[in-house]
Amino acid sequence: MTEIVISIFLLIGGGLSLLGSIGIIRFPDVYGRLHAATKSATLGVISIMIGVFLYFLILEGIFVGKVLLTILFVFLTAPLAGFMISRSAYRVGAELSDKSIQDDLEKEMKKSGKKATTK
Amino acid sequence: MAFQILLNIGIALIWMLLRNEFSGVEFMLGYIVGLAMLFLLRRFLKFDFYFRRVIAMFKLIGLFIYKLILSNIDVIKIVLSPKMDITPGIIAVPTKLKTDWEVTLLATLISLTPGTLSMDFSEDGKTIFVHSIHVPDKDEAIKEIHDSFEKAILEVTE
Repeated sequence: MTEIVISIFLLIGGGLSLLGSIGIIRFPDVYGRLHAATKSATLGVISIMIGVFLYFLILEGIFVGKVLLTILFVFLTAPLAGFMISRSAYRVGAELSDKSIQDDLEKEMKKSGKKATTK
Repeated sequence: MAFQILLNIGIALIWMLLRNEFSGVEFMLGYIVGLAMLFLLRRFLKFDFYFRRVIAMFKLIGLFIYKLILSNIDVIKIVLSPKMDITPGIIAVPTKLKTDWEVTLLATLISLTPGTLSMDFSEDGKTIFVHSIHVPDKDEAIKEIHDSFEKAILEVTE
């Protein structure tokens, strides 16, 4: 029974990581790709880590604190990485996809005098 | 708040000394006793009973995880739909949170909610620029950010 639960966690984690990777290929621009990368990867890694934690706790009887710390750090770093990548992407002039219908950040950038160096 | 936690730990240590048993279980027991004492004496404390904030923090973490699961389902739907039916764009979300770390927490939360990804702050830190993949629903998204996240964060910090 416990093995089944652990397997489910691992499968969900693997599946989400796979779907996130497919999303990175399919989305049209940098920003859309980050949506796939930050969200699916976060939950995927967390799910795999929960599976690992349960395996060691129940079947081996070892409490692995490091795995729990991994969850915490993924939680903290994934959104931050997404934020920094999208911010710098906008500042070096990575273009939004053709489907985009609104860009509030452009006005702000003009107002503050820092022009985005679009090609 | 820090003083109350320190006091609570102090009570737990005294409890361990009184019981003459030094183990994690005794510490937890002493901590719970201290918590109950602080709760009963909360009217005489200068500050609010701190555990209320701890509970609010756990609520916030619960909200975090719930939203993360929802956003994953959302992304999966988009990734697997044969025609990518998205209308992306950048929207400005005003916020009334003040300190830096509150705004940072809000930006993190926004990144993990369905269809939104925080991108940049304005100069004064009052506006967060958010990349959304469903711009036509932006009013709903902004309302959700204000109603659920800002409120939950304020409950922890104020």
